[in-house]
Amino acid sequence: MLRDLIRRPLVHRLVAALGTLLGVAVFVFVMLRAIPGDQITAGLGTEAAALTPAQRAALESYYGIDRPLPVQFFSWLGNLVTGNLGFSSRAQTSVLDLTAQSLPVTLELAVLSIVLALVIGIPLGMLSASRPNSPRDLVGQAIGLAGLSIPAFLLATTLLSVLAASFGWNPNGQGYARLTDGPLLNLQQMLLPSLVLGFGIAAPIMRTTRTAVLDVRSQDFVRTARAKGVPPRRLQVRHVLGNALVPILTMTGLQFGYLLGGAVVVEQIFSLPGIGRQVLLGIQQKEYAVVQSTVLIIALAFVVVNLLTDLLYRVIDPRVRAA
Amino acid sequence: MHTGPHARRAGAAIAAALALALLAGCSSSSSTSPTASASVAPKPGGALVIGVTSDPDTLDPWKATQFQAVNVLQNLYGTLTEFDKDLAVVPGLATSWDVSSDGLTVTFHLRQGVTFADGSAFDSADVVYSLTKIKDEATAAVARASLASVASIAAPDASTVVLTLKAPDAALLANLAVINMAMVSSTDSEATLATTPDGTGPFVMDKRTPNESITLKRNEKYWGDKAYLDTVEFRVIPDETSIVSAMQSGNVQLAVFDDPLVAKTVETGTTTVTKTPQLSYHVLQLNATKGDLTDVNVRLAIACAIDRQQVLDTAALGEGEVTGPITSPAYRSDPSSRPCPTRDLAKAANYLAKAGKSGGVTIKTIVSQGEYSTSVNEAQNLKSQLADAKITLDLEVLESGAYVDRWVAGDFDAAVALNGGRPDPDGMYSRYFTSTGNLNKVAGYSSPELDTLFAQGRATSDPAERKAIYTKISNQLEDNAPWVWLFTSYTYTATAAGVSGFVPMANGSLQYLRTTSMS
Repeated sequence: MLRDLIRRPLVHRLVAALGTLLGVAVFVFVMLRAIPGDQITAGLGTEAAALTPAQRAALESYYGIDRPLPVQFFSWLGNLVTGNLGFSSRAQTSVLDLTAQSLPVTLELAVLSIVLALVIGIPLGMLSASRPNSPRDLVGQAIGLAGLSIPAFLLATTLLSVLAASFGWNPNGQGYARLTDGPLLNLQQMLLPSLVLGFGIAAPIMRTTRTAVLDVRSQDFVRTARAKGVPPRRLQVRHVLGNALVPILTMTGLQFGYLLGGAVVVEQIFSLPGIGRQVLLGIQQKEYAVVQSTVLIIALAFVVVNLLTDLLYRVIDPRVRAA
Repeated sequence: MHTGPHARRAGAAIAAALALALLAGCSSSSSTSPTASASVAPKPGGALVIGVTSDPDTLDPWKATQFQAVNVLQNLYGTLTEFDKDLAVVPGLATSWDVSSDGLTVTFHLRQGVTFADGSAFDSADVVYSLTKIKDEATAAVARASLASVASIAAPDASTVVLTLKAPDAALLANLAVINMAMVSSTDSEATLATTPDGTGPFVMDKRTPNESITLKRNEKYWGDKAYLDTVEFRVIPDETSIVSAMQSGNVQLAVFDDPLVAKTVETGTTTVTKTPQLSYHVLQLNATKGDLTDVNVRLAIACAIDRQQVLDTAALGEGEVTGPITSPAYRSDPSSRPCPTRDLAKAANYLAKAGKSGGVTIKTIVSQGEYSTSVNEAQNLKSQLADAKITLDLEVLESGAYVDRWVAGDFDAAVALNGGRPDPDGMYSRYFTSTGNLNKVAGYSSPELDTLFAQGRATSDPAERKAIYTKISNQLEDNAPWVWLFTSYTYTATAAGVSGFVPMANGSLQYLRTTSMS
């Protein structure tokens, strides 16, 4: 009975996802404590050396790090179940509130970056595949290689510095505007970071598209369609690209999942208060609850994206639906 | 004030590298000389935006050691005494004080008509409450040790506070001027203060978005001259290069950098950069309780084999000054008053021979990565210089958290460090180099001579006599070389056109935001 239940694909996936999340929780918990230092030394720096034992004990109890590790772990896990993600003493607010502020920033950035990456990557990949090893293929591949090899921080800093210094244009120098309270400024602030990220992700998408298109084009049904007199444009889009979508989708889903983890470097350079920065600050300050809960949320997002990608396969590929 | 700089870590190295790359690219259109703060009378109004790399990690003034936290809190809270721009002690919430002839009783006369941000009046009960809490170990206040000499705190009336001391303490008045000695209202608990600052400073809290910004507004009921600025926003821009861009685009009007490379990129067009020598010092800490370093001759050999100017030139582009132990202007050590005023390899060899180590020694040295921009370069230069004297520095480069852990535990033979300085030399070094100092374990050296000298320094209030005593202490330190003091560096305060009246200070304080105005 139970075995049958677990064998059902959806249930099976849910159980696997829960297992993954628990694994992540344990891993992050252990890793954080393996890093030298604690919230006291992170806060006070070398000044922590001047604390008396009683002062240290008072601080340990304040931060809750005086309790045995298993107690810390299970009380955190127990709180999670009740929706309490913990408290950030640095920000003096709950991790849930912090995440409610930061997750939308990262989500918006991820969506915009992926859209830009698809807009750049797919046409470029098709262009390259349309005549392999020709000059146009070479140009497409060169752009792809540039996207892969130019580090995001370099592109980001260069864009920011040149635009600010030469044109005085720097929307990111203003305080971050949320989509709800300043949509126009918000979109301006998102433009450069999503361009930088989108350009980087366009490269693998372009390469995947090129390979997939070349692969599909060599198949029999394409020749048949062409023989039947399907117009070239319709052939390219409906038949070739349509069938090449599965690997492209896989790649897109994977990249999107990574983006939800927060593009830390880009968020830092463009001062976007996203989830990547939340984790980074948490690690720097050794705010265990912040890091543990946020990483778990990121892992959850990754799992959800994977699940959605799988569902999308069914939409775009009848063969998966049949299986 | 704060020994460990732990604010500008993320991407500091990247920022430095990029700044170098951009130096070539950025065309410096015009460079204006610093004349901005001239003529026109300051007028009230304006919203100043300061670019900072991180959010304060606490709003509790008694626990704040991070630069960003100290800089914000300094403008919200008041202290009994204050520093003026030259770091001399001047009245703050106490208008005057009397010290008894035996030095054991200090009577503070409190300023009248002062109110906290919440509107309640400031009086002696608040002082007694604050000082008592700071002394209480359960509070975990970082300045607790500065009140070690205080035996009792009493308030004979609402405007008078009397401190009875166990021994004379000439450093007390300077120690009371730091923000970790902030006066809070006796009606506020620490839990409320963690979210809602309630001080007597020139500004009051306006609003905060964690990780993004903190905005202060003018305290209309401030006891001194009211601030000109309507608001001051500390805007978090984590990357220093991005702060430069935000200044160039006019979004940020003031920023303080400690990396000369970054500072150079901002000095274009209408931005003025002011260099300010700092009290903090770069040092090679030797732990005189460990291995070969217990022998003074080994330590002196190391001191003699180092050309401090060369370290400064290679690691920090020569941006700084070679220094002795004491960095505060009033007590500054003569950097050439030491056994080897300049590098002397022959003398170094002599010292090693005296120690019976002519074959050379190996010293394990910890170095922090990313804590401040010059650390690794300093370590590498020291290593190569010492190699000429058969002294091997075995460098252990650590992530900053790991470094702090080892440093705090005193778990090192030698450490390349950037330590914070204080205006008063007793506050600066007695905690390290007296046998009862709370950082003596980290310093690794004390002597009966130093204990006596520090006690004399505390018992003497005459400035000239004190200076003579601290010169002796400085010489003791150099003659025994527990540490090798290298150099002090600058901070670079960048201000946009139209911003005037700001005075950068050697302790890094932003207290003069209260005299800053915008046109």
